Amino acid sequence: MGRHGDTLYQAGREHVILTFWAVAIGLVIALPVGVAAWRWRWLQAPALGLSGAVYTIPSLALFALLVPVTGLGRTTSEIGLVGYTLLILVRNVVAGLDGVPADVREAALGMGFTPARTLLRVELPLAVPAIVAGVRIATVTTIGLVTVTALIGQGGFGQLIYDGLLRDFRTPLVLGTVLSVALAAAVDVGLVLVERALTPWSRARARARVI
Amino acid sequence: MFTFLSHVVTWFTTASRWQGDHGIVHRLVEHVGMSAAATLTAVAIALPIGLVLGHTGKGALLAVNVSNVGRAIPSFALLVFGVQLFGIGAKPAYIALVALAIPPITTNTYTGVRQVDPDVVEAARGMGMRERGILARVELPVAMPLVMAGVRTAGVQVVATATLAAVVAWGGLGRYIVDGLAQKDTVQVFSGALIVAVLSMATELGLGMLQRLLTPAGLRLPRASQRKVSVFPGAAAAPEVS
Repeated sequence: MGRHGDTLYQAGREHVILTFWAVAIGLVIALPVGVAAWRWRWLQAPALGLSGAVYTIPSLALFALLVPVTGLGRTTSEIGLVGYTLLILVRNVVAGLDGVPADVREAALGMGFTPARTLLRVELPLAVPAIVAGVRIATVTTIGLVTVTALIGQGGFGQLIYDGLLRDFRTPLVLGTVLSVALAAAVDVGLVLVERALTPWSRARARARVI
Repeated sequence: MFTFLSHVVTWFTTASRWQGDHGIVHRLVEHVGMSAAATLTAVAIALPIGLVLGHTGKGALLAVNVSNVGRAIPSFALLVFGVQLFGIGAKPAYIALVALAIPPITTNTYTGVRQVDPDVVEAARGMGMRERGILARVELPVAMPLVMAGVRTAGVQVVATATLAAVVAWGGLGRYIVDGLAQKDTVQVFSGALIVAVLSMATELGLGMLQRLLTPAGLRLPRASQRKVSVFPGAAAAPEVS
């Protein structure tokens, strides 16, 4: 253990930090953009088109396109990773808000809620399951993508995979892959629990829902 | 910045850049050829599996979970595994790309066939169609939009991951990025990435067109309703990045 334990800890720490900031910043951008694209329909095509275009670019190429601007390192990785979360998050914010029943919205307005208050207290909470679904996909995707940033000197568990390639040595490769998958699975389960905590009312319905 | 961009323009306009074994044309052909071969192989494997599973209604768990696990396994790791098992070169890249493309096609085919209205299938059966005929002439056409959505997801992902294959010593357009990074040649890195980005978008658009072409006329949605945003309900439904 000892030295290797330390390496694993560092790699895991880096993996989690890169993923956390990517999804957190992505959500901070996607929430207002999603709300705006939902409120003003004409914004939808450019918002989704732009994030869709970024999403299509292969990760290695996106990181490479950023290298001349931000150099090798954390900033480049983080910008690229944030870029990939946007399509899924914006889409799910818009779709979640779209899914709010009209009568619920009208009831809120009828009770004298201002549109802003309706959004914060009624519409966004009801959109939480869709938003969390987006966060889950974005997080699992990001955890996988972080491994690619090993090629520009970051990478978390990706460093182990890269190391396995460079030294033609299977142990770090298997370890890096397994740990990356395990991290994705663990975080995914964690986010399901977060969703349950945030939406106590939907538990009864979830039981009846089919996949 | 301006000097940098002018270097990039020079990179692209140098005639020798386009010719020979390291030229853009050769690399592009390599990249597209490998991607097409891998995607078609994956279709040949995944389509029958998805159709049979969907038709019999068996293996729902398998079909959905394969795709979720597929998403969690980094494609980079898949490539490196390929190298460890089969040595460096085209073979590990090809096998890794096929493995990568199978889950989305299987899952989408399965989902597409399951979503066919059971009344329609019963009607076909009542008209005396055999199971094989029902599968080929009723379920597959109706499922076609979803099947092709899977092929599109897989194809775009394969083109993207073929870029990474340069890291495991195969050719393709990723070579410019990987070699550029190794030589600290930012112009080459950037130019290579530009070509890859354009190719990826072209693939996305091209396969999107194919998807619309192969959708039976009766199933084509009016433009307006196509534009409606739908939620990604789970990992299985969302396209992947690699």
